[in-house]
Formats: sequence, structure tokens, C-alpha cells
Amino acid sequence: MAYIRKVFTGFILVLPLIFSSLIFSESSDYNMPIGVTDVSESIFGLHMLIFWICVVIGVIVFSIMFWSLWKYRKSKGAVAADFDDNFWLEIGWTVAATLVLVWMAVPSTQVMVEAYDDAEGEINILITGHQWKWHYEYLEDEVGFFSNLSTSQEQIDGEVPKGEFYLREVDEPLVIPTNTRVRFLITGNDVIHSWWVPDFAVKQDAIPGFINTAWTNVPEPGIFRGACTELCGIKHAFMPVVVRAVEREEFDAFIAEKVALAEEERMLTSKVWTKDELMARGESFYATNCAACHQANGQGIPPVFPSLVGSQITMFDSNKHIEILMEGVQGSAMAAFGESYSEVDIASVITYTRQAWSNGEKGDGVIVTPQDIVAYKNRIDL
Amino acid sequence: MSTVVESHDHGHHGPAKGLSRWLFTTNHKDIGTLYLWFSFIMLFIGGAMAMVIRAELFQPGLQIVQPEFFNQMTTNHGLIMVFGVIMPAFVGLANWMLPMQIGAPDMALPRLNNLSFWLLPMAFGILISTLFMPEGGPNFGWTFYAPLSTTYAPSTVNFFIFSVHIMGVSSILGSINIITTIFNMRAPGMTLMKMPLFVWSWLITAYLLIAVMPVLAGVVTMMLMDINFGTSFFNAAGGGDPVLFQHVFWFFGHPEVYIMILPAFGIVSHIIETFSRKPIFGYSSMVYAMASIAILSFVVWAHHMFTVGMPLAGELFFMYSTMLIAIPTGVKVFNWVATMFRGSITFETPMLFSIAFVALFTIGGFSGLMLAIVPADFQYHDTYFVVAHFHYVLVPGALFGIIAAAYYWLPKWTGNMYDETLGKLHFWLTFISVNVTFFPMHFVGLAGMPRRYPDYALQFADFNALISVGAFMFGLTQLLFLFIVIKTIRSGKQAKPEVWEGAGDLGLEWTLSSPPPYHSFTVQPQVK
Ligand code: HEM
Ligand SMILES: [Cu+2]
Repeated sequence: MAYIRKVFTGFILVLPLIFSSLIFSESSDYNMPIGVTDVSESIFGLHMLIFWICVVIGVIVFSIMFWSLWKYRKSKGAVAADFDDNFWLEIGWTVAATLVLVWMAVPSTQVMVEAYDDAEGEINILITGHQWKWHYEYLEDEVGFFSNLSTSQEQIDGEVPKGEFYLREVDEPLVIPTNTRVRFLITGNDVIHSWWVPDFAVKQDAIPGFINTAWTNVPEPGIFRGACTELCGIKHAFMPVVVRAVEREEFDAFIAEKVALAEEERMLTSKVWTKDELMARGESFYATNCAACHQANGQGIPPVFPSLVGSQITMFDSNKHIEILMEGVQGSAMAAFGESYSEVDIASVITYTRQAWSNGEKGDGVIVTPQDIVAYKNRIDL
Repeated sequence: MSTVVESHDHGHHGPAKGLSRWLFTTNHKDIGTLYLWFSFIMLFIGGAMAMVIRAELFQPGLQIVQPEFFNQMTTNHGLIMVFGVIMPAFVGLANWMLPMQIGAPDMALPRLNNLSFWLLPMAFGILISTLFMPEGGPNFGWTFYAPLSTTYAPSTVNFFIFSVHIMGVSSILGSINIITTIFNMRAPGMTLMKMPLFVWSWLITAYLLIAVMPVLAGVVTMMLMDINFGTSFFNAAGGGDPVLFQHVFWFFGHPEVYIMILPAFGIVSHIIETFSRKPIFGYSSMVYAMASIAILSFVVWAHHMFTVGMPLAGELFFMYSTMLIAIPTGVKVFNWVATMFRGSITFETPMLFSIAFVALFTIGGFSGLMLAIVPADFQYHDTYFVVAHFHYVLVPGALFGIIAAAYYWLPKWTGNMYDETLGKLHFWLTFISVNVTFFPMHFVGLAGMPRRYPDYALQFADFNALISVGAFMFGLTQLLFLFIVIKTIRSGKQAKPEVWEGAGDLGLEWTLSSPPPYHSFTVQPQVK
């Protein structure tokens, strides 16, 4: 029995040490990532420093404790002493604890000041958290886009095998240039989200009505994956962050292309659209932006997400339909899509939902064109 | 003559019969028992929810529940464990033990005591009933951040708010009772600095409760106004401030986490001195440490909010103040170790749980210290690292304290010894499974898995499967605890008044018979 106890005590003391040094080695997948920026490296260093200080204190305290438990066990005939205080000992360990804390606080403060530098960036990007996707806007060039999860529902439901970047892939990553100071202005559209890229050590809450700032400067090209870290509703786990860092020339080309696309989009608004063109565009827009709540079959999840099939609004009230898409519904998850998407997108998805699921046959089947949306906007502006 | 007195005794001083004994009781032991059973039942309900969570997270992908229900499970698991298990269990222990430890016949305000208990089943009945309503129960996390919990909440949030109000009233009434009892009913000679540490820990906890429960009531009332009466406290579109919610919530919330640990500090101190057969080391520094933890706990709240975008000075202030709490916490740990040093130690089940408490709570304290380092917290915040931290302080911390107390005092309460072999088995299974469950959470958190996720990327799969296995084992093991408790109530070796060797000198409760008389001390003892 005594032998078993001895082995066991040794085991308890040594196991966590071996275990943690394996896992906390720098190359481990189960430690904080070192990341790629100066700040993320400093933070990693700080994390390891504090960790090892804790390990040392832990080893000292636990050794004394387990040694006492073993040495002074009654079964070995230990007789209890009866001291119950020791002034200098108590002062001593209080002072020692304080000194260790000061030792931790100094580098922590330095790294904090480094991370919190609030100067303007060369590139400023407005990041807006939506339920449940990110919107990125390049403020200098006035172009922006949404970034949606691109993992398929079949993978999530286990109907097909999961891909390598399961839940960590998006249709359009944020693109930033390397070796450039990039500042993020982060806000929320509906509830609070939080934008996190571990490799940059950037985590900032995206809060409606506030604009938080963070910055990074990435030395090497690469793809960096992160996540939303503030509970934001049903699809909290399904709005990843993906950032692609590219050389400056590639970045400039990317922006030029985005600017050209935006121009094209504006042209599209004035073009005359056929019903089929609107339907085709609307269907794919519906699948990426609406089906999450209203479901692919349009039936929603009442009462939280209403059904669009055979409803009064989708069949007979196209004005109200436009208004809902443009302004959203206060107090619900229905966002004001008009603020973030083009007239063409809004018109086509309205047309699509007014035709689909036999709404068209049973209702008035009105076709809404981008020009109708422009007209709506002009009315509101007046 | 004597027969007359006897029957008089019987009519007034014994418990009533049947259900009315429990419904109308004003006896501190009966009410303590009610609190403890309530908390035990809630442990299994909240635990069942945890099992749903771990079953879903066993593998990546959505297998068992949909995210909507998953969020309701995480939210209600948290609410039930905090407000329905840990807090009522400590109040139950206070009810049983405070009068016996200070030499009083009962609590000072017995009818109030009955009310504070019976409010709780109402509150939790309402809360749990929301899960069966068409829109589902609360799904916004136990911290219910606005506007997810206001503008975007299911309408059942109104029931949630009502239920929190009732819980708050119950806690405040309970605390008033405890403070009144401690100040007015101590045996002659028991000065403040001679009070048992469990009494001290509850005195401080009761003050914390009275200070912060109204703040919680305030914040849920603001939510109620935002939801139903068109105010905009937390609604940015109306000029409100969602961050205000977090400040008010955590001003309640951080003292709340100490409410959940201070009574355990008291319990563990008694158990360690009993089984080390040596008086607690540094009694007065233990008291000062608890008091300073309680005071400091009012100025650290924003360490839960390092990523909301506070100014640099704010971040640094809350980092330093949080680090300061480590000093009194460390002092307590050192004192426990110094109590064991040169003792004469035996390893009964309550002692095993207390030793594990000291070791594992300290691990939770270390991760707390790491979380206090703001720049590092940018990486840890809202990941499983935080989940690991608070489960280490709450499960092998608070819950182990409660379990240890149950083993330590059950023989006193029931007059029967529990089965030591089964108790040790319960300890080892619990100890192993708790670590298998919560230790790997540190690693998945550091590796980048956010909390409150129903589904996750593939690189987290192995550890999550391990965690789930540990969790199922932990859950099953607690059924053994239930069995042991019932077995002890029904039978067992007759316990002596002092129960534990040498405990007779350690506190007044050990001078009473086991089980103690219905009215603890009808004649006040004299404390020297
Ligand atoms: C040395 C003492 C402690 C320190 C320095 C400390 C520090 C912290 C910090 C900085 C956080 C926020 C982490 C984050 O969200 O990023 C945190 C979270 C938490 N702590 Fe502690 N802590 C300590 C002890 C305790 C104790 C004793 C308890 C309870 C018994 C506790 C319960 C919690 C809980 C419940 C949370 C998470 C709340 C949530 O977001 O859901 N902590 N702690
Ligand atoms: Cu806290």
C-alpha cells in the first residue's frame, strides 16, 4: 500500500510536467499559435512566461503539499504539532507573491501598449458583423463585399465527408497587403459579434453603435483562419473569418478588379432585366443569404422565422415586400438588406420569392425590377 | 410533573408529519435539507443538459441537436448550475450549520427562511417551463448579453427575467437572515475573531449577495423595459449602449463568482484542520484574505470585457486589480498547505475531496492569472481556455467543497456513518473524470476553439471526443454519490457526537448528539 502511494504521488507530481511541456512546446498544435506578426509573437512570449511562472509556483506548492501529506500521515505514526501561525512566514509569502506579480505586470504592460497603438493605417477596412456573416469594406476605395461560410450543409449534416477546412472556409476571404499597416474598424449590425484571427492576435468585439479599432502588419503572404467569438445566435459557429495576405501588387490588382466590378454593378441597375434573369440571380442570392433562416423551401421555422410560402406579403403586397427588404424588421433577425446589397440583388430576390413555391400562380406575381428599388430609395430620400 | 413537560416538548418541538412538515417548516435543519435536496435535483437536471452538450460535441458535425436547441442547453446548463446548484447548496449548508456552529437554537428569522426556500422551486419551475414553449427557452448564454437577449431574444425571455427576479429575492432574504443570525445569536464568548471560518465565509458572502443581487435585478429590469416598454438602455439604434449591459452585468457577475467560492473556502478550512489534527494555520489571515477578496471583487469586473474596446488606461487598471486578487487567494492556499505541514493526517473521503480542492482550485487560479494578462486574454477570451478556467474553479472548486461538506457533516446530520469504501470510490472516479473532462479544454482553447459552438473544425476532434468521454464518466459517477447519500440516511454505523477523532474541540456542532436535536442549542453554550 505504502509503495503504491509513493508511486502514485510521484506520478501525480511528474505527469502534469511531462504532459504540459510536450503540449506547450512551441511547435505544438495545442498551444497558442505564435502567429505571424510582431504583436502575436510578443503575446506568445508573454503567455509562455506567465505559464512557466505558474508551473514553477505550482511545482513548489504542490511538492510541499504532497510531501507533507506523505510524511505526516497518521498511519506512519505522525504526531501533530500545534503551531497555528508564524508572523514572518506569512509576511514573507505575501511579499513574495506580490513581487512575482510585479514581475508579470511589467512585460504585460509593455506588450499591451504595443498592441494598443491606435494610429491610422495605410489601409483602413470597415468590418461589420452580421447575423451570420462578415462584411468587409475598403474605406479608401469604397468597395466592399460579404464573406459567407462556404462549407456545405451536407458536410455539416454528415451526408458527405468533411473537407480539410470544414467550417473554416468562406466564399470570399478578406484580402490585405503584406508589410503594410492595416487598420480594422470593427462594428456590428445586429447583435454583438467578435472578429478573431489568432495568427494576428487580433480579437475585437463587433458592437452595434460602436466602432472598435485594431491593427496588424503581416510580413508574409498566407491564408489565416479565425472565427466569431461572441455568441451571436443560432449560426455563431458558422461565420468564420478567413484573411488572405498578398503582396502589394496583387492587392492593388484585387482592388482594381473590385472597383471595376462595382462600376459594372451600377451599370446593371440601369439595364432592362427580364423575369428569367432576375429569377436566376434571385435564386442564388436566396440560397446564400435567406435560406439560413427562411429555409430552402421557403417555409422558415415559425414562429421565429416566418414562412414565405403563400404569405400575404409575398403574394399580394410588393410594396411592403420591398420595404421589409430595405429596412429590415425591428426586433427580429430580419436585417435591412437594402443597406448592404445592390438594387439588382434586392430586386431579383424579391422577384424570385414572389414567383417561387407557387407564390406566383396563387398571388399577383408582380415582378420587381432594380429600377423599382431605385425609385423606392429616391422616395425615402425625399 | 416530568411527564407533563415531556408531552409539552413533543407537541411543540418535534417536526410536523407528512407534507406539511416540509411546506410550512420554519426549522433550520428541515429548510437546510430542502435546500440541499433541491440543489441535488438541479445538479442532475443541469447535468443532463451538459450531457446533451457533450454528446453533440463528441464529433464534428451536427448529429443530435440543432444549434437552436444547443444554445438553449448551454444557457440553461449555466443558469441552473450557478443559481440552482452551487448557490442553494451553500445556503442549505449555512442553514444546517450556522446555528449549530455559533451555538444558537435556530436561524433568527425562521418564517423568512421558509419563504426564501420556497421561492426557488417557483423560479426554476418558471425557467425550465420555457424550454417546453413553442419559441424555446433562453438561448443567449448564462451571461445574456444584450441585444441578443433583448431585441433578438425569443419572447420567453420575459419568463426568464421574472425567474431571475424571484431568485434574487430569495438570495437577498436568505442573506438578511444569515447576517442577522450571525450578529445576534452567537453563544456568549464567541467574539467575531473566534467564529468558525465557515461562519466568517458566509458572513462575507451574505454581504456580497446583498450588494450585488439588486444590481442583477436592475439589469434584468432594464432588459424588460427595452423589450416591452420601448426604452433603449441597450439598443444602439435608440441611442442606448450595448456595452453598458456588460458593465452592469459583470458588476454583479464578478462578486457572484466569489459568492460561489467563499463558503467552500470556509468548509475546506474546517476539513483540513480536522483531518490534519492541527488547528488551521493563520486563522486571522484567512479572515482578512476572504474580506479583501470580497472587497477587491467589486473593482475587477471589466476583466470579462477586455475585448469590448476599453481605453488603454481602463484595460491596465482592470489587469492590475485582477492580478491583486491572486495575493489573498495565494495566501489561503499557502495557509492550507501549512496546516497540513507537521500534522497527523488521515485520508477520509471529505479530506480527499478537500486535498483535491486545494490542488485543482489552484490550477483554476493559475489560469485565472493568465486570463488577467490583457494582451494574452485577447487570445484566450471566449475560447475553451476560459471554459476550462471557470470549470476548474467551480467543479473541483465549489462543487468539491460542497461534496466534501456533505461527507463531513452527513454523519452529524443523519447519525449514521457513510460507507467509506464507496466514498473513496466516488472520490477517485470523480477526481479522474473531472480532469479528463476539463484539463484538455485548456488545449482546445489555446488551439483556437471558441466557446458556445455546437460544431467545430476537424483539428479539435480528438480532444473533444476525450472530453465527452470524461464528461459522461463524471455524470454517471454522481449517481453513485446519490446512492451513497441515500444509503447513509437509511442505515450505517452509529456516529458518535464528535464523529471525527478529536473533532470535539474544533467546533460547537460536534458537542451535539448525532443526529442533533430538532432545536440545536436550547441552552446557549459558553465559549471560552
Ligand atoms: C485567482 C483568482 C481568479 C482570477 C485572477 C480570475 C480571472 C478571470 C478572468 C480574467 C476571467 C475572464 C476571462 C475571459 O472571459 O476572457 C475569468 C472568467 C471567469 N471566472 Fe475567474 N478568476 C479567478 C477566480 C475565479 C473563481 C474563484 C471563480 C468562481 C468560483 C471564477 C469564475 C469565473 C467564471 C464563471 C468566469 C467566466 C464567466 C463567463 O464568461 O461565462 N474565477 N476569470
Ligand atoms: Cu471575474
